[in-house]
Amino acid sequence: MPPVPPWLKKLGSTLVTVAVTILGLLFVTFMIGRVMPIDPVLAVIGERATQEQYNEVFYDLGLDKPLIVQFAIYVANVLQGDFGTSIRTGQQVSDDIARVFPATLELATLGTLIGVFLGVPLGVLAAVRRGSWIDQLARFVGLIGYSMPIFWLGLVGLLLFYGILNWVSGPGRVGIFYQGIVEPITGMLLVDSTLRGEWEVFRDAFSHIILPASLLGYYSLAYISRMTRSFMLEQLNSEYIITARVKGLSERKVIWHHAFRNIRIQLITVIALAYANLLEGSVLTEIIFAWPGIGQYITVSLLANDMNAVLGGTIVIGTIFVCLNIFSDLLYRFFDPRSK
Amino acid sequence: MNELTSPSTKPTWREWLLAEEPTSRRQARAVGWYQGWLAFRSNTLAMIGLIILVFLIVCAIFAPLLATHDPYAQDLGQRLLPPGFQGNLFGTDSLGRDIYSRLLFGARISIYIVLLVAMVAPLIGLIIGTIAGYAGGWIDVVLMRITDIFLAFPRLILALAFVAALGAGIENAVLAIALTAWPPYARIARAETLTIRNTDFIHAIQLQGAGPVRIITKHIWPLCISSLVIRVTLDMAGIILTAAGLGFLGLGAQPPSPEWGAMISEGRKYILDHWWVATIPGLAIFAISLAFNLLGDGLRDVLDPKESGQ
Amino acid sequence: MSEQHLLEVDNLWVKFPTRSGIFDAVRGISFSLGRERLGIVGESGSGKSMTGRAVLKLIRKPGFIEADRVEMNGVDVLNASEIRMRQLRGHHASMIMQDPKFSLNPVMTVGQQITEALRAHEKVSKQTARKRAVDMLDAVAIREPERVFDLYPHEVSGGMGQRIMIAMMLIPGPEILIADEPTSALDVSVQLQVLEIMDKLVSDRGMGLIFISHDLNLVSKFCDRIMIMYAGRIVEVCEAGKLHEATHPYTVGLLNSVPDLTHPRPRLEVLQRDPAWREMPSVSALL
Repeated sequence: MPPVPPWLKKLGSTLVTVAVTILGLLFVTFMIGRVMPIDPVLAVIGERATQEQYNEVFYDLGLDKPLIVQFAIYVANVLQGDFGTSIRTGQQVSDDIARVFPATLELATLGTLIGVFLGVPLGVLAAVRRGSWIDQLARFVGLIGYSMPIFWLGLVGLLLFYGILNWVSGPGRVGIFYQGIVEPITGMLLVDSTLRGEWEVFRDAFSHIILPASLLGYYSLAYISRMTRSFMLEQLNSEYIITARVKGLSERKVIWHHAFRNIRIQLITVIALAYANLLEGSVLTEIIFAWPGIGQYITVSLLANDMNAVLGGTIVIGTIFVCLNIFSDLLYRFFDPRSK
Repeated sequence: MNELTSPSTKPTWREWLLAEEPTSRRQARAVGWYQGWLAFRSNTLAMIGLIILVFLIVCAIFAPLLATHDPYAQDLGQRLLPPGFQGNLFGTDSLGRDIYSRLLFGARISIYIVLLVAMVAPLIGLIIGTIAGYAGGWIDVVLMRITDIFLAFPRLILALAFVAALGAGIENAVLAIALTAWPPYARIARAETLTIRNTDFIHAIQLQGAGPVRIITKHIWPLCISSLVIRVTLDMAGIILTAAGLGFLGLGAQPPSPEWGAMISEGRKYILDHWWVATIPGLAIFAISLAFNLLGDGLRDVLDPKESGQ
Repeated sequence: MSEQHLLEVDNLWVKFPTRSGIFDAVRGISFSLGRERLGIVGESGSGKSMTGRAVLKLIRKPGFIEADRVEMNGVDVLNASEIRMRQLRGHHASMIMQDPKFSLNPVMTVGQQITEALRAHEKVSKQTARKRAVDMLDAVAIREPERVFDLYPHEVSGGMGQRIMIAMMLIPGPEILIADEPTSALDVSVQLQVLEIMDKLVSDRGMGLIFISHDLNLVSKFCDRIMIMYAGRIVEVCEAGKLHEATHPYTVGLLNSVPDLTHPRPRLEVLQRDPAWREMPSVSALL
């Protein structure tokens, strides 16, 4: 038998990690579903059903079986993309999520882009000119970002930019006159309207998304710039930076060719984490901005005691979270010459 | 270099605390604390954080004395009054309750939540982390796998799901936050344990016949505390923000409780016409989490200079 | 003060502001360097490494330099602009540091780092740069230089890494090489080999070498002149051959604390430090 190549071994162990983690996620959500004070049978048939109807559904749901079997059935269903039916919307939870998820994805992606394109240069500059005004600015931005409740900043933003200045559009994803004009392709309105050439819709959608996206972008900017700064400081204190200076290289080359090249890999992890955090952080933002995404879906379902929908949403976001983590880990291995 | 101090003159407290060669263990410890305090005091931002925090704690303790109104008393005739109007320092909310008095009592809730989480979560982490680190082998693998699973979860959403299962309320919110906040502490505690486990002094204690429980609780825990304290202080702002977020979503403290997040949620409807109802509680949340952030940064600079990047 | 001196340093101070006042790492030393091999010996904290870095104006902030005069190749280093300094660094003076594990950039290949040093000072094409880098690797006795060119630093051994450092630092053709403990991090078995390669290249090219080390015997073997530093000052200067004639108690103490195979002693001396040494004026090492 030929020996297993190391990369295959690594891939195998990574896949096992993913599988175990997702199984753990399912177990936790399963247990949450079981300790719920709501009777799952009554949730399906309503309060006024007869005892026979009750029993029938009880057996249908497999509630008479041992817990471990129930869990196995649950896992099997989830793996097939079956999260059950939403009591609130009366539709398959998976269909609901497929409908609302692109809105969240669009918002989080735009937010991360803002965070990366402003946060990385800010962090690098802050580290290079340590103690200067730009370092103070980065510190200030970070402190505010780590200390302000996002939903409050969103409200104040709405008050200021929508209520008083009227620079942007208010809550919602697109103005009422533009709804349903663009036939969805990806489900992301900015992308779809561009593909279809509907510039009016694009403009309106953009004026709606810019405020919540900037808000999320600000939080990821705070995180990304702070991490970039500390990574850069660590590298700028290394010996090889002195070597680079001894060679007579320009400061620009020392910073970007030497120091920055060494933090790229760490940055990927940070950005992936920031992105995952935004997917999650969008819960509160979506409520404030009436954004029809997965965060709002989970919250509204939660308030309506619609457990299938809540757990389905949790599993989807959790899985993306896990995958992003693993993905950044793989990229790390790919880019770092030391790990080969 | 205090060669000039002759033994006959009794050193002042300050000199005693700054001695370069302490003469007793007690003095050595006091010198350590005092120098830490000096370093901390020279950090202006950290001092600002400490002052804000002390101020807020004083407000919370003396809330009944400082309040001008009953925080729960509704007066529909006095609703949505602007700040400073008719003796309502920060105005009134949609039910005519005095916002200033509600803020004072709300500080109690925020501090209560933070204290509870800050006691529960690190304790869970400490126990799991030190056991995993000290025991090693399959126990380590299993415990760390569980930690990683929890670490891979989106925290706010998991807390939401927990609260959904347990029912809304402050205690459940605390439990939900603690259940999602412990994994980083477990990681830290395990890392510390691994470095301590193979040191000579632990071997010496083992040779004296100490059991694992005694070694973990008496010798490893004390050494994990300082890095955990820093981390907890830095996390406190996050705990407050999560708790406020749950309150805002109606899953934390229930009305008519003057929890700050819930107050913002109540004022949200009026944001465009009566800005103060939602804005002022938000400033309170901002102040307390800013204070914790400043304090945490300062503590890290003092206790863990290597990590501070200063 | 003749022109042929590569480096002239007059009354050099290196200072670091701390919470309890200014700390002087180097306290008013003077020395010059001709086309010779000058050793600087001292214990850790004696300011020997700081001296090496100060000459290239590479003291990390908030540290700073004060001096009456630092002149390299006719250029006034103290008042030179950062751009002028960059032309001097690498091209006129380079430095080799202690551990190649840290002084080579971990995510760039050996070849990238060597050609970069060359192309910072000479406009040459990529192919020429590669050719010359490979030749240089060959000159520092690296077998299969073509293969090593594409390796990453973690893929080479410590001794090889230090030879790569030497190649990288010598490729732009500097006149001064500062070697800061170049072999302390290496296995004893390769130390001499690396030193001999360095020594050969330096004397073939008629360069000036500043060899910084804590190892007095090693320095006396490889240098022409030795400066002994203590607490930021030069306590003694002597010809390497006349080391046994050294008079300063610190130098004598250093010599006596090392075992000597030809003159075995029942008990080695422990170095006794006299606080008065700190306050004695610095000896000039000007030529």
